[in-house]
Amino acid sequence: MAEPAPHQEDAKQKRFRFTADPRLLGLVGVLVLLCVIGQLTRPDQFFTEGNLSTILRLAAAIGVVSVGVTFVIIAGGIDLSVGSIVALSSVWLTTLATQSYGPFVMVVCGLVVGAVCGLINGVLVAYGKVVPFIATLAMYVAARGLAERISGRRTQVVSDAGFLDFFRGDLLGIPVLIWMFALVFVVGWVLLNRTTFGRRTFAVGGNAEASRLAGINVKRHTALVYAVAGLCCGIAALMVVARTTAGASTNGMLYELDAIAAVVIGGTLLTGGRGSLSGTLIGVLIFTVLSNIFTLNNLDTDIQNIAKGVIIVLAALLQFRSRKKTRTSS
Amino acid sequence: MTEHSLHRRRFLLGGAAAGAGVLLSACTSNEAPASDASANVANAGSDTKPGKPVNIGFSAPAADHGWMAAMTKNARAQAEKFSEVKLDATEGTNDVNQQISQVETLINAKVDVLVILPFDGKALTATGQQAMDAGIPVINLDRVFDTPLAYRTWIGGDNYRMGVNAGDYIAAQLKAKNVANPVIGEVAGIDSLPLTQERSKGFKDALARHGFAVGPRVSAQFTPESGEQQTSNLLQSAAKLDALWNHDDDQGVGVVAAIDNAGRKEFLMVGGAGSRNAMDLIKADSGPLKATVLYSPSMASTAISLARLLGQEKGVGDFAEHEIPAEITTYSAVVTKENVAQYLDVGFDS
Repeated sequence: MAEPAPHQEDAKQKRFRFTADPRLLGLVGVLVLLCVIGQLTRPDQFFTEGNLSTILRLAAAIGVVSVGVTFVIIAGGIDLSVGSIVALSSVWLTTLATQSYGPFVMVVCGLVVGAVCGLINGVLVAYGKVVPFIATLAMYVAARGLAERISGRRTQVVSDAGFLDFFRGDLLGIPVLIWMFALVFVVGWVLLNRTTFGRRTFAVGGNAEASRLAGINVKRHTALVYAVAGLCCGIAALMVVARTTAGASTNGMLYELDAIAAVVIGGTLLTGGRGSLSGTLIGVLIFTVLSNIFTLNNLDTDIQNIAKGVIIVLAALLQFRSRKKTRTSS
Repeated sequence: MTEHSLHRRRFLLGGAAAGAGVLLSACTSNEAPASDASANVANAGSDTKPGKPVNIGFSAPAADHGWMAAMTKNARAQAEKFSEVKLDATEGTNDVNQQISQVETLINAKVDVLVILPFDGKALTATGQQAMDAGIPVINLDRVFDTPLAYRTWIGGDNYRMGVNAGDYIAAQLKAKNVANPVIGEVAGIDSLPLTQERSKGFKDALARHGFAVGPRVSAQFTPESGEQQTSNLLQSAAKLDALWNHDDDQGVGVVAAIDNAGRKEFLMVGGAGSRNAMDLIKADSGPLKATVLYSPSMASTAISLARLLGQEKGVGDFAEHEIPAEITTYSAVVTKENVAQYLDVGFDS
């Protein structure tokens, strides 16, 4: 695999020494700090099995979406349409027709719709040469509109017990949703850090022209990366439907912003070429734990949003500083 | 890659795409459930005989959730009941600016009566007044304008009393069970909206009258997903709950799912608005949902009936007045297992 040298260096550092990354350590610090605050303010509730499971289940859907968005951003793109794709997939898999064919068709529908939407994004960006911001903005509007049309803006409650029993249930004492989240993360991590696909993703995001000269089919790869993000949205749609027992065109509201925030906090560069899924995971957990602490202490949501904003800015500053440091040290 | 294998690949890809297409098209058809066909229609007072033709202009926010969708659906269904009524309904929008221009278009088209459900009552006041000045009577639906100069008649729900009735019901139930110092939770709607603030104030005031207070409180976004997320956290914060009031039955689908997921059964829950889904759950009496306080979108049906009467310069049957009243506030009845049968007809599909 011939790749532009500086990025290979980067990717290597990411791949083999990701635990030692100072940015990640800073983030873990923030997460630990939040947990300490949670434990101090609600010692009776915070570190209970029930609460930790609640936090992880709340993080699951947005976490899965964020994994997809991380791929897109590392590849140098952006995806504003993820929330709408979650809505469309969830509505599609809960239509009466789909439900009457049983859980298997529901699952396949959710995944296929997500992946197809992502692929459309990717083809528009890669082959249509539409700027990612615009292509996914179009999908953001259109997918939500289609979701509203299909559902008639009603909340489509799932009556199929098989679907709900499985996705809402436990496996070996751990909720299925958490297994799914873990699985998506691990598969995503391996895909990004241990396969050609992942190396190409870094390369395309770092320098598309150099990648093309190095023999990578940049267009096809870009299209596939968006399809991966779309597939993640389909998986998230399954999770949202399982949790709310319903598909609604309002599902996935603001996921795109939450996911981008988590990805950026996690140290992935918006300019592409560098980033890590571990960072994204911690970014998602930071927000979920924050919201959990606020509710446990019965605090207003307005202040929570302010705190979110502060955390984003702090993380960005931290990222900028450590980037300068690594640059001077290397 | 050889020419042959390329062809094969294309063929496989094409086949996969076609298969996916077939699968997708099989999955989109969404036959409406039987209940959907029966949107709410009101009796038209004492006078249902066709009168002179009336052209009613209708403008409302985007039908982006069950209650709002039911408002528009009810208005259309009611208009269809009268052969002499023509309804000019504009596409719902949550952009105040766009709604203003929609209403202005209706004024220019010289409709006979306007029914306006403003996205934001304050922001649409001037436009309502403009219509009134142009001689078009305005029926202001639900979210109230800033001044009576801007409407001929206002019809809407009573957000404060919705909270009061929910609070009273919960207090009565807890007292009947002799619960001392109960933990009473609240899942509110969008906190920045005046209607949410009024509901919460009514709830708080009613509970205070019985010597109780609101415990853990979260605010959701009127969507099932936000209801589920907020409630999951709320249930974690309260190891024990005695009662829970949820402002909105749309988000209630998620609230019920969260309760179900947490396996909590120790408390009673009261909903809000009156969706069919909530009424079915109350009727089944299998979970914590024991009641819902109405805030029924049937008011949209009434508004169209009143608009017709206004256009035909008629009064309301059984009213001594010759004119229709200036203000009508619907009542937030408490729907329980005992009386749910009586209210099923106003339940809307969330």
